[in-house]
Amino acid sequence: MRWFWIDRFIEFERGKRAAAVKGLALGEEQIDRYMPGFPLMPHSLIVEGFAQTGGIIVSEYHHFQRQVVLAKVAKAVFHDLMLPGDLITYRVKVESLQTDGAVVTGQAHIGERLQAEVELFFAALGPEFSRGELFEPFDFLTMMRLLRLYEVGRQEDGSPLDVPEHMLAAERSVMGPFETPRP
Amino acid sequence: MPPTKSEVFEKIRTALVDALGVDDDEVTPEATLVGDLGAESIDFLDIVFRLEKAFDIEIPRSELFPEDILTNAEYVQDGKVTDAGVAELKKRMPFADLSKFESNPVVQDFGNLLTVRDLANYVESKVDAADG
Repeated sequence: MRWFWIDRFIEFERGKRAAAVKGLALGEEQIDRYMPGFPLMPHSLIVEGFAQTGGIIVSEYHHFQRQVVLAKVAKAVFHDLMLPGDLITYRVKVESLQTDGAVVTGQAHIGERLQAEVELFFAALGPEFSRGELFEPFDFLTMMRLLRLYEVGRQEDGSPLDVPEHMLAAERSVMGPFETPRP
Repeated sequence: MPPTKSEVFEKIRTALVDALGVDDDEVTPEATLVGDLGAESIDFLDIVFRLEKAFDIEIPRSELFPEDILTNAEYVQDGKVTDAGVAELKKRMPFADLSKFESNPVVQDFGNLLTVRDLANYVESKVDAADG
């Protein structure tokens, strides 16, 4: 993803809840010109961090076979600033999950401090809106592995999250038969 | 026991206030969802989700907004819904007051038909059916 606004998942319970963290570095490009002389994380990108954490939990539930888009930010309240050196933890909870959409609520903390609260609405697009896949399945699986989704992810019964077969097949076709599959 | 009319209305008001960011007092029975409350297409899915949760009902997507009629050449001519189309809409949307639309059934105006009262009538019919 050229657009990573979370660094990795730390918890992931299929279709229910997830937590992800992101550390903010002074050298990151997006804070250069946002408020010159006062580097801080734009709130819009904090919403994006929530959207990625929540979007992946919704999309994973559909085995990454439907395009899930952030359709609406129903609520976003910011209690504090995120400054370089801060580590933010996004915690999202799935309130409602159906074939055509999902409602996700979230809270972000920096340490013990409540930083933001959101309610997001995701739409799962049907084939009539689809213009093909946003990412190649192999690239997408690589991103999910970078985010450690399959290291922390759990299914409803507590067993490890399965990688969807179509993504594994894409990985096999790129990596060849001699590579040892990673977890 | 099914909820009373005022309980239904209050829950609908909460759903619309949360989904559309409008004030409590803007949500009157006569208010139209699109024109008065500013609902856009994606808001309808959001509203449907909230109502399903609030009332523990299932809302088939084409029931509240029968878009298939408005895109069916059989029922639309020159941008207007034909008599047969209006009859079909009435059959499909018994909860909505279509009398005003009927006098000049321009397809484009259809989106702005639905009022909060229509929505309440619809939900009441669903809740009654679920309890009955």
